[in-house]
Amino acid sequence: MGEPGTKAPLSLDELEAAGNLRTGRKHTLSILVENKAGVLSRIAGLFARRGFNIDTLTVGPTDDERLSRVTLTVDGAVHPIDQVTKQLHKLVNVLKIRDLEPAETVSRELVLFKIAVDGPQRGELMQLTEIFRGKIVDVTKRSVIVEITGTTEKVEAFESMVRPFGLIEMMRTGEIAISRGRGET
Amino acid sequence: MRAVDAIMECLKAEGVDVVFGMPGGANLPTYDAFVDGGIRHILVRHEAGGGHAAEGYAKATGKVGVALATSGPGATNLTTPICDAMMDSVPVVFITGQVRTELLGTDGFQEADTIGITMPIVKHSFMIQHPDEIPRAIHEAFHLARSGRPGPVLVDIPQDLSRAEIDYEPVTDVRLPGYQPTLDGNQKQIRQAAKALASAQRPVIYAGGGVVSANAAAELREFASSDRFPVTCTLMGLGSFPAPHPQWLGMLGMHGTRTANYAMDEADLICAVGARFDDRVTGKLSEFAPKAKFIHIDVDPAEISKNVPAHIPIVGDAKRVLAKLLLEYRALGADPGRLEGWWQRIERWRSEHPLSYTDSEDAEIKPQYMIQALYEATGGEAIITSDVGQHQMWAAQYYHFGKPRQWINSGGLGTMGFGLPAAMGAAIGRPGELVCCVAGDGSVQMNAQELATCAQERIPVKVFIMNNGYLGMVRQWQELFWDGRYSQVEMGPYPDFVKLAEAYGATGLRLESKHTLVQDMKEAIAIDGPVVVDVKVTREENTFPMIPAGRPAREMVG
Repeated sequence: MGEPGTKAPLSLDELEAAGNLRTGRKHTLSILVENKAGVLSRIAGLFARRGFNIDTLTVGPTDDERLSRVTLTVDGAVHPIDQVTKQLHKLVNVLKIRDLEPAETVSRELVLFKIAVDGPQRGELMQLTEIFRGKIVDVTKRSVIVEITGTTEKVEAFESMVRPFGLIEMMRTGEIAISRGRGET
Repeated sequence: MRAVDAIMECLKAEGVDVVFGMPGGANLPTYDAFVDGGIRHILVRHEAGGGHAAEGYAKATGKVGVALATSGPGATNLTTPICDAMMDSVPVVFITGQVRTELLGTDGFQEADTIGITMPIVKHSFMIQHPDEIPRAIHEAFHLARSGRPGPVLVDIPQDLSRAEIDYEPVTDVRLPGYQPTLDGNQKQIRQAAKALASAQRPVIYAGGGVVSANAAAELREFASSDRFPVTCTLMGLGSFPAPHPQWLGMLGMHGTRTANYAMDEADLICAVGARFDDRVTGKLSEFAPKAKFIHIDVDPAEISKNVPAHIPIVGDAKRVLAKLLLEYRALGADPGRLEGWWQRIERWRSEHPLSYTDSEDAEIKPQYMIQALYEATGGEAIITSDVGQHQMWAAQYYHFGKPRQWINSGGLGTMGFGLPAAMGAAIGRPGELVCCVAGDGSVQMNAQELATCAQERIPVKVFIMNNGYLGMVRQWQELFWDGRYSQVEMGPYPDFVKLAEAYGATGLRLESKHTLVQDMKEAIAIDGPVVVDVKVTREENTFPMIPAGRPAREMVG
């Protein structure tokens, strides 16, 4: 009954509203933009004035020097994701937006952890780093810097493991993501 | 050729015959080019006046308006018109001067980060970094301003780059790969909308400013007439459906008619066309049109389901979509008899709740009567601009607009001081037609300096000031919702508008009797050149009916 594009009669009761739905999960948006002055501030400004919170944001060049790639993550529990993408689409310098499906996406974040360890604890930290396939990139008498690459979940798991050692600070790049398979993201 | 001379060529190629602006240090090169540029330039007295004049021109003609200003304060003075044009989707290209590139970022004299300041209030902006970019930027600015959902586009040009020599070649294309507005509307969705309309027992068409921008008034009328659909318009949509029409419910929203608001409240299907469910229309959002399903036609996909989730979204240009919707609807052969009960209900609201006010028993002029008198004096044919406040609402209620682009006001931003410069722009855009500005005594002062422009350029606008000596709408809210504690709303008898008009080189008149008002207005209109008519009206009259802010439509008062 009432299928779009057919002549079947339609009952108004069958109509369902679309849009403005909160999905309740994290969304990774991969945005291809023109590499022009002010593009990032247009995106950041849009989020600020529409009241959308950016969880992470990374920007980098692409294989085409005229274009840049912005990867950002937004909480779909807080914001109607379709409004976020529709507003982004209105920016003239934004060429393409993909809301990446988690199952169809490889995403990575790189994090540097500076941890206060000395003598006996160092071995334990090295073991832990090994398990997480991380690298020790700097060692002093009283500290170690560990580089971890992985999904946000893995990074956060490592963080919770090393906190007890004495986490001095950590630097996160924010997530980058690429779609699986042969097609372009 | 100098880049500034190329700008003149670009403007002419875009069909620009007039621009509004004011020179200053950073745009001296551009102004040098105007000397031999072959484009009429109107020297305004404040950049905001120039910006609103460009808006008035654009709204009256449907063409792109152009306003110019220098850097720093010139550009910051343009921010209100830019924001106004953004809120009301008015196609205007703003060209601002900027300090020399070597001074950028140094807090140089008259430097302001114009691109940064205006970023949230433009459809797009171009920061010129090389003189060769200028011609393309100008053309792309016009393309962006007029297409899709129209809006303001800003081009910021550093002084040294505007002076540079370039190899100018006419630009015949635009390269905006990220900008492809959807105009046609999805055919399946349009068919679905037609079917929903054919099933509806209590439909209402809710038309907004998008119908005017898309020049879709004829299509709207034809579609509405195809099955006696009741039509209401937003403040911005007035004129897109002829006010004296049996299917016309009046304006909806905060100061709309009870008929229109009650119809929305009881409708089972609302077809929104080029309207954006503003809070002044919906009242309390959670109780807005509680029984209705929504068809939402808009050229801007981000408007659909922004405030009210749409059941049948259609992204497209109102003109094209309405034409297709009409064909689809006709093919269904819906039974017009099903709307009989709905019309009976609407007719009862109409007869029980017409717009009304208590007229004075003496010669005192009620503000509502002032608008009725103006309607009579102008035969309902004038282009009316307004400022923002009570006078705007009464003009919307009592001047029954028959044609699109006849009603020019500031809706979204609600900019006081819009009316006079907008009237100036409208009069230049549509020479030979009568343009009247209905203003408040408070708001007209916010751009009264443009009377000098009107006098110098002999722009024959007729300004009718509804003078109650108050910031009337604020006073009304203080009376109704703040226990009558008036705070900073009393304007007194200042200024003497007759003398002010004369000082500016316009004609000034004062009208105080309702008995001769229509005739007096006719005589004022017959005077050559700009005329200011100070109409003394009842001081404490309230604009009714009214949906109190944050309340649902069915709780209208007054």
